Amino acid sequence: MYHYSDFDRAFLATRNAQFRAQVARRISGELTEEEFKPLRLMNGVYLQLHAYMLRVAIPYGTLGSAQMRALADLAETYDKGYGHFTTRQNIQYNWPKLGDIPDMLDDLARVGLHAIQTSGNTIRNVTADHFAGAAADELADPRPIAELIRQWSTDHPEFQFLPRKFKVAVTGSPEDRAVTAAHDIGLRIVARDGALGYQVLVGGGLGRTPMIGKIIKDFLPEADLLPYLEAVVSVWNSLGRRDNKYKARIKITVHEHGLEEIARRVEERFALIRPTFSGIDQALLADIRAQFAPPAFRAAPLAPYEVAYAADPIFRAWADTNLARHKRADHAIVTVSLKAHGETPGDASATQMRLLADLAARFGYDALRISHEQNVILPHVARADLPALHAALKAQGLATANIGLLSDIIACPGMDYCALATARSIPVAQELAQHFDALKLEHDIGPLKLKISGCINACGHHHVGHIGILGLDRAGVESYQITLGGDHGTDLALGSRTGPGFSYEEIVPAIERILRCYLALRESRAESFLEAFRRLGLAPFKAALYEPDAKAKELVHAAE
Amino acid sequence: MTPSLITANALLEGDVVYLTAHGHWARTMAEAEVFTDEAVAEERLFSVNPAEVVGAYLMPVSLTDGAPSPVHFREAFRTRGPSNRFHGKQAEGY
Repeated sequence: MYHYSDFDRAFLATRNAQFRAQVARRISGELTEEEFKPLRLMNGVYLQLHAYMLRVAIPYGTLGSAQMRALADLAETYDKGYGHFTTRQNIQYNWPKLGDIPDMLDDLARVGLHAIQTSGNTIRNVTADHFAGAAADELADPRPIAELIRQWSTDHPEFQFLPRKFKVAVTGSPEDRAVTAAHDIGLRIVARDGALGYQVLVGGGLGRTPMIGKIIKDFLPEADLLPYLEAVVSVWNSLGRRDNKYKARIKITVHEHGLEEIARRVEERFALIRPTFSGIDQALLADIRAQFAPPAFRAAPLAPYEVAYAADPIFRAWADTNLARHKRADHAIVTVSLKAHGETPGDASATQMRLLADLAARFGYDALRISHEQNVILPHVARADLPALHAALKAQGLATANIGLLSDIIACPGMDYCALATARSIPVAQELAQHFDALKLEHDIGPLKLKISGCINACGHHHVGHIGILGLDRAGVESYQITLGGDHGTDLALGSRTGPGFSYEEIVPAIERILRCYLALRESRAESFLEAFRRLGLAPFKAALYEPDAKAKELVHAAE
Repeated sequence: MTPSLITANALLEGDVVYLTAHGHWARTMAEAEVFTDEAVAEERLFSVNPAEVVGAYLMPVSLTDGAPSPVHFREAFRTRGPSNRFHGKQAEGY
């Protein structure tokens, strides 16, 4: 992983000292809230419902054990003993005091972490495939360019006051695990004529007006990456709608001007600025790449894994759901679920974080990842070590075998914390997980992506959930809208709304009706919910939802 | 006007506070001054000291025997804290 240079350390120290002085001036009354707010947002400090919140970037989701320990220390020293991993590979602390935040930032700087540009109208934390550097299907590790983009975008003088926030995601695998088409810019590493380059998508995003990113450049040569990105952001910076925050994102700019016109302007701008990139960026990239060299993998026998897999049904269930194929046959990618039934999706206690740090150091070449699905990944574990790893995880409630299943829910903080939320999402996630666990239906239902947002901004990615839930405030009452058939994968798809929403008390039974309908109508266990939805369409599920006593029964009987 | 009180978040702690009749910021809603005259409420809101709190606003309440309670569920959550963890006001004895 990337290690800070002297330049990086000096930059961060200066920046943190500046913010410390800004906080002091706010506390002394020299700065008004109006003056202070944009400054604190650029440093990741929000004021939420019950307290301040500090959002710390975990660039492209990559951490070492020392960094994870520092996150645990922060949770204990300045917060209430836990942190919340978000859907953008950040961690949020829910209870810091304003006066403590400069100390928190200094503690983070010691391990090469920061909260810069995790908020505000800037280029945000660059996200990446959480299996980067480990996945069997990967063309190239996307993290070196993610780091290059982090360095280029951090404090970029032209891009500190953009029309709105701007999000970039990168993947180096044909299977898109980074939801690149739902970002302002999505970058996919592709090969052409033996050379690697980038497919560039622009104008994707969820939120109030969900749109799927469009390909603006099918193949961008490696050396053109930064000037091309700069051209795109620059064109949007001039054209973007600062008059209306709901129309300010680049997806609306692309929609209003058309992809062709945007592409033409980008090419024009690119031609102008390309010569100013002398090649220093490429020299820097080569240096960054060297720091992302794969660890010295040790060859390990498969037998200990195979023995445990055959003998221990609990280990087997976990291995079946939580392991993914590593590029080496004697290793596996381990997803540690932060979704124990009834717990808050994405929350980890300081004790759990320390255990994960220890296990990464002991079994995982010191590597950890945070996924946008709010889980922790140990990207490189020898299969021989998996039984011992599983036993250690189990002791701290971290061995839930539910990755990719119903209870592996993405949920935003919702109205339990967030000042923008219109309804709660965490307790809905908790109740759904517990309800289906009690019914013992989760494994029978099989692969399912359930995603919950507590407002229209869609931090919980509800549009791309197989089942999406959106919490709204309808005349002073929490109301939950359901969408079906979304897909967060390579062929990104937006779900269709079923109809009127359901109250807080009604939402869990409503989801049960949808899933019982699926169980009754699927062709076999091999047909997933999403596949069944694509075959059947919205109608039977809608009937099950809104006319549970009539039409659905009829349909179910007909199918039987 | 609908009976209302003035609420905000404290500058240093960020927690929820309510303006009392003595001009102090209290941690519980029960101590808040309830306004029924719009002009008085607006005047008090205008004179809030921006060095102590952030984002002060008028919040409608319903009155039972003179005691205010929130009209909107968001305000009810603000009097307690999050529902997933026993943190915030509910844990601090307010």
